[in-house]
Amino acid sequence: MHTLQLWALKKSIWVFHVNTGACNNCDIEIVNLLTPKFDVERFGIKLVGSPRHADALLVTGGGTRQAAKRLQEVYRQTAKPCVVFCTGACACGMGIFEKGYHMAGPIDSLIRAVDPQAIIAYVPGCPPKPQAIIMGVVKALAALQPEREYATERVPQTAYADPG
Amino acid sequence: MIDTLQNLTWILVFPGLLFTLAVGLLASWLVRKVSALVQYRVGPPVYQPVADVMKLMGKEILVPQEAQRTVFVLAPLVGFSGVLLLATVLWLATAGIVYVGDIVVAMYLMVLPSLALILGSSASGSPHAAVGASREMKLVLSYELPLVLAFLVVIIKTAGRIAPGEQLSLAALSQHAPVLSVSGLLAFLVALLCVQAKLGFVPFDMAESETEVAGGVLIEYSGALLAVWKLMQALMLVALPLFLVVVFLGGIQASGWSLVWGIGKYVLVLVLVILIKNTNPRVRIDQAMRFFWFYGGTLLAAAVLLAMIGNYYGLPWL
Repeated sequence: MHTLQLWALKKSIWVFHVNTGACNNCDIEIVNLLTPKFDVERFGIKLVGSPRHADALLVTGGGTRQAAKRLQEVYRQTAKPCVVFCTGACACGMGIFEKGYHMAGPIDSLIRAVDPQAIIAYVPGCPPKPQAIIMGVVKALAALQPEREYATERVPQTAYADPG
Repeated sequence: MIDTLQNLTWILVFPGLLFTLAVGLLASWLVRKVSALVQYRVGPPVYQPVADVMKLMGKEILVPQEAQRTVFVLAPLVGFSGVLLLATVLWLATAGIVYVGDIVVAMYLMVLPSLALILGSSASGSPHAAVGASREMKLVLSYELPLVLAFLVVIIKTAGRIAPGEQLSLAALSQHAPVLSVSGLLAFLVALLCVQAKLGFVPFDMAESETEVAGGVLIEYSGALLAVWKLMQALMLVALPLFLVVVFLGGIQASGWSLVWGIGKYVLVLVLVILIKNTNPRVRIDQAMRFFWFYGGTLLAAAVLLAMIGNYYGLPWL
């Protein structure tokens, strides 16, 4: 990617929030990011209403059978390049619903079924703290960067978007 | 040849495309920054609108299968060029170039962005966009009448003081400040709310409302086409407040302190619009229509009467 394009992408991340059967706890933490205390608009992060405008899909919930098809459709509709954030324990690995009859997840396998090359970041926690979600965004951006130039000096360790 | 070059520079560099775009991006940063300050947040950095547009330029353009491709792609360009022309007409008036009838041209050009939005969203074939388009259409129907009546008040107020042939010229109107009278103030207040609706700001943002119709008119646009819409909105942030300044507040004179005062007037109108945006909830479309037609219309009918009485009895403050 061009340097300028990469810079613009890093400075302006528009987020579309997809709930695939979450208990609303992660969703509250996501809304918390927009409040005066955390104010992610400082970094150019903004919630948008349509996946066509989005650069990042913030997925919560374990991916129920009802939601799986819709999630894949939303991913197809998102303008590329885009990043998928699995937010919370359920989204990362279905959490306590792992053996549930109604589950089609986890999220990463649902997304990979559509696009094997998808960039997926994981933010564990039940629910993840807002700080953790911001950290996840920073690490995902670091993964877009060439090996030697990290997104910020604050993340000295090598950061992988997809540990798997 | 030299004339053509001069005109092209006028439209494309200064004060047309490049300059207006730069001011517009700065103004859209101001919108977000002041909104953030109102909500006790820090807000985005100055380069945020530039980064947004650059990012959108680098993204994929998706055209829905059911969309009418040509109209879908051309609509943002039509809207953009309409607002660009409007801005150029206004800068011409600011520079004092008298062109009789440009107030009519400007009024037609001001409808063009809304028209382009309606066209583009109807062409996208999305039900949400259709809802947005119908709301935008009703909104246009509601605010056009009060806006025309507000201009009528200005033209009546300036009737005795402008040469009869130049009554419809923005440059001639901008020498007077009708807002300093009762009827002019009423007309200015209603016109300010009309501009609020034209910009698609809260409380009149039902066409784009993100919580109910998910972006409404813009829902299917992505990549560079969305960037053109964003640039068009940035240009409107320059053109529409500037229009109010030229028509109601005595325009911008390009010399010394009066230039500073002129820019101050523009920023004042812009901040007023942003504060209205941040202190009001979104209204329903029928409430907006009632507001503009009954309350706005009645207020302006009273203003027209006051202005005519003032003219008849020679009372400039009325």
